[in-house]
Amino acid sequence: MSSFALFFVVLFYLALLFLVAHLAEKKRSKFWINNPYIYALSLAVYCTAWTYYGSIGVAATGGLNYLPIYIGPAMIIPAWIYINTRIVRIARVNKISSLADFISLRYGNSRSMGAIITVVCLLAIVPYIGLQIKAISETFHLVTETPMSKDILTDNATFVVILIALFSSYYGTRYVDASEKRLGIISAIALESFLKLFFIIILGLFVIYYVFDGFHDIYQKASRFEDFKQKNTFNGIEGAMNWMVLCMISATAICILPRQFHTAIVENRQEKHIRTAIWFFPLYLLIFTIFIFPIAWGGRLIFDGEKVNPEFYSILIPQHFDNTLITVLVFLGGLSSCISMIIISAITLSIMLSNNLIIPYGLLGKLKSENEVQNTRSITNIRKFSIFALIIMAFAFYKYFILKTSLDSVGLISFVIIAQLAPAFFGAIFWRRGSYKGAVIGLAAGLAICYFGLIIPQYYFSYNQEFKGVLRDMYNSFDFFTIPYLARIPQIFFWSILVNTGLFTIISVSIKGNYRERNFAELYVDIDKYIQNHENAFIWRGTAYISDIQNILERFLGKNKTEQALRIFNLKYNIDSKTETADSRFIKFSENLLAGRIGTASAKILIEGVTKEDKISLKEVLNILEESKENITLNKKLTEQSEELQKLSDDLRNANENLIVKDRQKDDFLDSVAHELRTPITAIRSAGEILADDDDIPLEIKQEFLNNIITESDRLSEIINDILYLDKLQHGEILLSIQQNNILETYKKALNPLLHLIQQKNIHLSEVNLLNRAIFEYDEARMIQLLQNIWGNALKFTDEQGTIQTKLFEKENQLVITIFNTGKHIPEEDLEMIFDKFYQSKNQNILKPTGSGLGLAISKKIIQAHNGSIKAENSGLGVTFTISLPDRIINEIKNEVEHF
Amino acid sequence: MKKIIIADDEHKILMSLEYSFKKNGYDVYIARDGTEVLEFLKTMVPDVILLDIMMPNLDGYSTLDLIKQDENLKNTKVIFLSAKNNPRDIEKGLEMGADAYVTKPYSIKKLMQQIEEMF
Repeated sequence: MSSFALFFVVLFYLALLFLVAHLAEKKRSKFWINNPYIYALSLAVYCTAWTYYGSIGVAATGGLNYLPIYIGPAMIIPAWIYINTRIVRIARVNKISSLADFISLRYGNSRSMGAIITVVCLLAIVPYIGLQIKAISETFHLVTETPMSKDILTDNATFVVILIALFSSYYGTRYVDASEKRLGIISAIALESFLKLFFIIILGLFVIYYVFDGFHDIYQKASRFEDFKQKNTFNGIEGAMNWMVLCMISATAICILPRQFHTAIVENRQEKHIRTAIWFFPLYLLIFTIFIFPIAWGGRLIFDGEKVNPEFYSILIPQHFDNTLITVLVFLGGLSSCISMIIISAITLSIMLSNNLIIPYGLLGKLKSENEVQNTRSITNIRKFSIFALIIMAFAFYKYFILKTSLDSVGLISFVIIAQLAPAFFGAIFWRRGSYKGAVIGLAAGLAICYFGLIIPQYYFSYNQEFKGVLRDMYNSFDFFTIPYLARIPQIFFWSILVNTGLFTIISVSIKGNYRERNFAELYVDIDKYIQNHENAFIWRGTAYISDIQNILERFLGKNKTEQALRIFNLKYNIDSKTETADSRFIKFSENLLAGRIGTASAKILIEGVTKEDKISLKEVLNILEESKENITLNKKLTEQSEELQKLSDDLRNANENLIVKDRQKDDFLDSVAHELRTPITAIRSAGEILADDDDIPLEIKQEFLNNIITESDRLSEIINDILYLDKLQHGEILLSIQQNNILETYKKALNPLLHLIQQKNIHLSEVNLLNRAIFEYDEARMIQLLQNIWGNALKFTDEQGTIQTKLFEKENQLVITIFNTGKHIPEEDLEMIFDKFYQSKNQNILKPTGSGLGLAISKKIIQAHNGSIKAENSGLGVTFTISLPDRIINEIKNEVEHF
Repeated sequence: MKKIIIADDEHKILMSLEYSFKKNGYDVYIARDGTEVLEFLKTMVPDVILLDIMMPNLDGYSTLDLIKQDENLKNTKVIFLSAKNNPRDIEKGLEMGADAYVTKPYSIKKLMQQIEEMF
C-alpha cells in the first residue's frame, strides 16, 4: 500500500474519532454519560502498542512471559470495588484531577511532593509515549513497505504524530476545570478500545482458520520447535518467581499509571460503573490474550529462519498473504492502541505539569493579578502547549533513544518507575501514619535504584557498549545484590520497592508527623464517614475574611459562578450571607473550587496568601478529629432515625390516603343507597300523610294512594334485597350450582316473564341462533337473572317500536350471547363504569338513573363467578351487551380427542 | 289563585303533591323534568316552582340556573325538593338562589306552611 493512501486512511480514521468525540461532547445524551460499558472500555487504554505488538514478540521469543501483564490486573481488579470506590470518593470531595494531586494532598498538600510526582510520571511516561510513536512509525513503514526516513520533515509518520498532538490538545483542554469529565475524549477512547479488540479478533481468526487449520494445527506444528516446550512452561521456581514479580508490577501499574488513574478515577461518573468494569475489563483482557498465542507461534512458523521483528508478526502475517485489508485493519488497531495511550497520557501529564509545576512554581503571581477570562485562557493555553510539547518531546525521545530497543523492555521499565509511587499511593488510603518525609525519601531511594539498575543500562549502555570507567565499575559493584532467580527487571523492581517501602515505613513511624498531613490522612482513610460533610473534617484555625477569598475566587471562576458557589455553601451549612469571617469549612470549600483549575497545591498557596493561619499541634488535631468523628456518628444516627421516621410517615400518609379513597367510595355508596331508599319512602310517607289527614278524600283516589304505598314498599324491599344479594355475591357467599343446561330453554325461561312488558312497549324482539348444540355448563337460575337484568335494562332505554335482538353463537370455545337494543348510546367514558354499583357517571349525581343502579353490577358479578366476561359497546344504532361464557365441556372433549 | 309548577320524575311522588296543592287552592302544573318546566315558563309566570334535583334530561340545578336568568321570573319562588340531603348539595342549592331546600322524605303539611309563609 502506498504511503500516500495509508496516510489518507489514517486521516479518515482520525476524522472518525473527531466525529465521535464531537458528537458525544455536543449531544451529551444519556447513552454516552451513563454508560458503564463506555467507562469499562475506556479503561482498556491499558492495552497499548506494547500489548498489541509487544506481547506477540514476547510470546514468540520469551514464551509465557507475556501473560503476567494481563494476569496482574485481573488479580487486583476485583479489589477495585473497595480500592477504587474509595479513591473515587476521595477524588470527588477534594476535586482531585490527577495522580499527583491525589498523593500530594494526602501528605499535607505540599507543592514539592506534587512536583516530584509529576517529574516521576514524566520520566516514566514520556519514553512510553515515545514507544507508541515508535510503533506508529515502524508499522507505518512496514505497511507501506517504505524505508524509515532519516529526515523527519519528509516522514509521513511525523505528520501522523502531529495530527494526534493537535487532536489531543484540542479535545483534552475543553474544560478549564481539570476535574471535569471529558465526554468527547472518553467516548473516542472507548470506541478505539472496541475497535482494537475487534481488529485483533479478525486477525486472530484469519491466522487460526485461514492461514492454519485451526488452533490445534498451530499447536501441533509449533510444538515441533525445539524451544516450544521450554517457552510454554514455567521453567521451575525461577520462572515462577519472575512471573510472580511481573504480576505484581502489572497489578501496581493498572492502579497507578497516570492514564489508568485518569480513566478509572477522574473520568468516573458513577461509582456503580466500577461494578461493571470489574468483570468487563478482565473479560476484555482475556479475549485479547486468547489471540496472542496463535499469532505469535503462527508467525514463527511462517517466518521461521527469516530475519523479521516478531513484534510485528500481526502485520507481517496478513501482508505475507497479500491481504491488504487485514493488514490495514491491524495497523489501525495498533494505531488505536497508540493514539488512546498518547492522548490520555498527554492529557493527564499536562494537567500534572500545569497544576504541579508550571502554575505553582511560575505563574501563580501572574494568575493572582489577572481576571477570570485571562486566567481561563492562560490555564488552557498552558495545558494545550504542554500536551503538544509532551508529544513532541516523546517523539524526540523516540528518535534519539529508543529507536533500537524493543517495545517490551521500555514498557516494563516505565511500569517499574511508576511502581515507585505505590507505597505512597496505597499508604494514602490504608495507613494513617504515613508521612511526607517517609514517602519522599522512600520514593527517592526507589528511583535511584531504578536509575542505576534500569535506566543507565537501557539507555546509556546501549549507546556506549564499550564504555568503561567509574560508572561501569559502580554499576558492576551492584552485582552483590543480584538475586539468582530473578531476571533484571523483576530484580530491580524487588529491590527498589523493598527499599522504598522500608524507608517509607520506618521514617513515617519514627518521626512526628505534620498536623495537616494527619488531617488528610483521617479524611482519606475514613472517607466513608466524611463523604457528606467533608468540609467539616478539614481543620484550620486562623483569621480570614470572606471578601478576600471571594476576590481570589472571582479571578478564576468569574463573578457569577463565585456568587453562586457562595450561595450554595451558605445554604448547605445554614450560614448567614452577611457573615464576614471565614471558617475552616469555607477555606476547604474555596480550595476545592480552585483545585480543579490550578491543582490542590496552588489552591492552597493562593488561599494562604489572603489568610493568616495559626499553628495547631498534632495532639489538638487528633482531639478535634475525634470530636468531629463522634459528631459525625451522632449525626449519622440522627439522619438514619429521621429517614426511618420519614419512611414511617410516608407509609402512614399512603395508608391514610387509601383509607380516604375507601371512605369516599363507601360514602358515595351509602349516599346512593340512601338516595335510592328515600324516593319510595317519600312516596309512602306522602300518601300516608294524605290518607291520615284528609277525611273527605274520594274513594278511588284513596285506593290509588293505598296501592302506591304497597308498590313502593315492594320497591323498597327489592332495593334492599339487591344490595344484600350483591354483597353476598361480592363476598362469594352464594355458591353456584353449575350443571349442564340447555341454553335455549334457559333463554325461554328468562324471557317469558318479560314478554308482556315487551309487547306493551311495542318493541320488536328477535333472536338469532347460530349454535351447533345447546348444552352448556352454568348455573341456570343465575343465568336467568343475568339475562333478565340485561333485557330489563335494554327495555328501559329502548323507545317504543324499537328493537331488541339476542344472538347466540360459539367463538373460541366460548358461548357468546349478544343483546342489542336500539336505545341511545352510553357515553364512551361510562362504558366500563356502568357495571359498577350505583355507577358514578359524569351526570349521575344530578341526572336520574333509571332503576336501582344495581342490576348491571349484579350481572357482572354473576358472569365473573362463571369465569366469564361482560362488556357494553355502542354499535351503530344502539348498544350491544356481550356476555362470554367459557365452555369447559368443549375443552374436556378436545383433550380426550388429542389423547386418542 | 297561585300557580305552582311541580317537577319530579317519580310518578307516585307527583301524585300526592298534585293532590295536596290542588286541595289547597293552587293552580298545579306537572313537569317530568327541567325541559318540561321551561316549556311551561314560555307561556306563564308561576308563583312557586318545586324542583327535584335528579331528573332525566335537564336536572334541577341547570333548570334553576335558566330560571334565574329570566327577568320575568324574579318574583317566582323556587324550592328544591330532593332526596339529596348532603350539606354540600343543600349549600349549593341555596347558593344558586333557591328560596328553600326541602329534603325527602318531607311532611306535605309543613311544606305547605313553609310555602304559605313565603308570601
